Amino acid sequence: MTKYVIAGNGIAAAGCIEGIRSRDKDGEITVISEEKHPVYCRPLISYYLEGKTDLQRMAYRSGDFYEKNGCRVLYGRKALKIEKDSKEIELDGGTRIPYDRLCIAAGSAPFVPPFAGLETVESKYSFMTLDDALELEQAVTKESRVLIIGAGLIGLKCAEGLLDRAGNITVCDLADRILSSILDTECAAFMQKHLEEKGIRFCLNDSAASFDGNRAIMKSGAVVEFDVLVLSVGVRPNISLLAGCGGQTNRGIVVDGRMRTSVPDIFAAGDCTEGPDASTGENRVLAILPNACMQGFTAGINMAGGESLFDNAIPMNSIGFFGMHAMTAGSYDGELYEERTETSLKRLFTKDDLLKGFILIGCNERAGIYTSLIREKTPLSSIDFDMLKKAATTAAFPPESRRKMFGGER
Amino acid sequence: MKRVYVNEEWCLGCHLCEYNCAFANSGLSDMVLALKGKPLYPRIHVEEGRKISYAVSCRHCDDPLCVKSCIAGALSKKDGVIQIDKDKCVSCYTCILVCPYGALSPGETGVMQKCELCLTNSFGEPACVQGCPNRAIVYEERGDTV
Repeated sequence: MTKYVIAGNGIAAAGCIEGIRSRDKDGEITVISEEKHPVYCRPLISYYLEGKTDLQRMAYRSGDFYEKNGCRVLYGRKALKIEKDSKEIELDGGTRIPYDRLCIAAGSAPFVPPFAGLETVESKYSFMTLDDALELEQAVTKESRVLIIGAGLIGLKCAEGLLDRAGNITVCDLADRILSSILDTECAAFMQKHLEEKGIRFCLNDSAASFDGNRAIMKSGAVVEFDVLVLSVGVRPNISLLAGCGGQTNRGIVVDGRMRTSVPDIFAAGDCTEGPDASTGENRVLAILPNACMQGFTAGINMAGGESLFDNAIPMNSIGFFGMHAMTAGSYDGELYEERTETSLKRLFTKDDLLKGFILIGCNERAGIYTSLIREKTPLSSIDFDMLKKAATTAAFPPESRRKMFGGER
Repeated sequence: MKRVYVNEEWCLGCHLCEYNCAFANSGLSDMVLALKGKPLYPRIHVEEGRKISYAVSCRHCDDPLCVKSCIAGALSKKDGVIQIDKDKCVSCYTCILVCPYGALSPGETGVMQKCELCLTNSFGEPACVQGCPNRAIVYEERGDTV
């Protein structure tokens, strides 16, 4: 009987369990869960603060998920070290667990720059885990002045989640725009205006230089007073387990399309990994939930002796703030097609007869048709792109493609 | 398994399927009460291109990107049918971002909805199929996989 060990208990781990069980009903699965919760929907922590979900509904899988899949879960335990020669993983307290196949699904951790005086701040939080959200829920009152460092996806979702709970919210970022990892300058300005109308304040091109109790002294010299500080500057993949046993790591744990690491019988999946971005061909960390799930599932199948390849990962995000949704995918490289109205902004980027990327704000109908063009690298000359760029429709595909898509023909 | 297929050469572009779908999932027994003067939220939609039209609804893919991408664990596949748990959906629209067919859209409350083959209402055979005047939409086994 094969012994599977999964280091981590997030989405990638759940995918991995399902992948293993799609082929191997009997092998022993041990899950090492640093968090004391069954797998939950981590991107929902801001929705929790907003009151749009609750602890029960946030569960990613049903209550009997581990039992049904025959998993032993070790809650509150931390994997520290891999002995690759004896094929064991060591936990806190010295426990050693032998494995035949190991999957590292260790996620990422908040990156906190070394701010001077940060230790003088009493009420400071990250915004990554359910426990972070539960602590913030306790800390923030209607009178709280909240300062959020970092105007990325995490910082802004936190701002949205807290707006109705807090007195006021200020978000600062060293970058010149919000959501700088997914939006270009104009799209960011479009979204920023919407957020400002809802009551969030921004200090861009500026960030905290140091802290003194409840005061942030900004690089510009300005002083921002706050009651609650949220640090959401960025995250870093947790690579130490694999790096510690000599495996290949870069920013993330380097994996191939089968989710194999450079060490035999060790796989990795989810936010801790780095793999090819099919929209550019370059390796990068694609820390998004869909990838975690698909990578985990792929890893699981291969761990159980099957053959599965996941080689068309692309960066993509769907993120909404107060009813306005931004969808992005691929890379913003090439010729620009733009449509703009009072309430929407659409940008498509084409190059070498391919759709390379897009940004859609407030106009997201059937956006997956665009996403699939990027993922499948569909030559634009094979479809009616003039029709398609105006509205996402499969009617722009040739009849034979449509017959395969909708008529059941292969 | 049985799926809804469309023969685009037979589609008249009449949009009746959209009305029948919205009615079937309204929970009401009177079509006029269910639809008259209200915005329509069908789970099937008619695509119209140059000289063609056809209806599109969920393909119930073997490898469903929407299920694997759902950040709320609200989409799942049971007995071949992709279902949405509307209590869990938080309207993040990730499923819209990934579905290559454009088969998911927000319903009246803003929560996502999709074709569930009329298995969760009392219509029996899918309403779009029953009501298609030219038999362009059919519900049958074609032994294929998407």
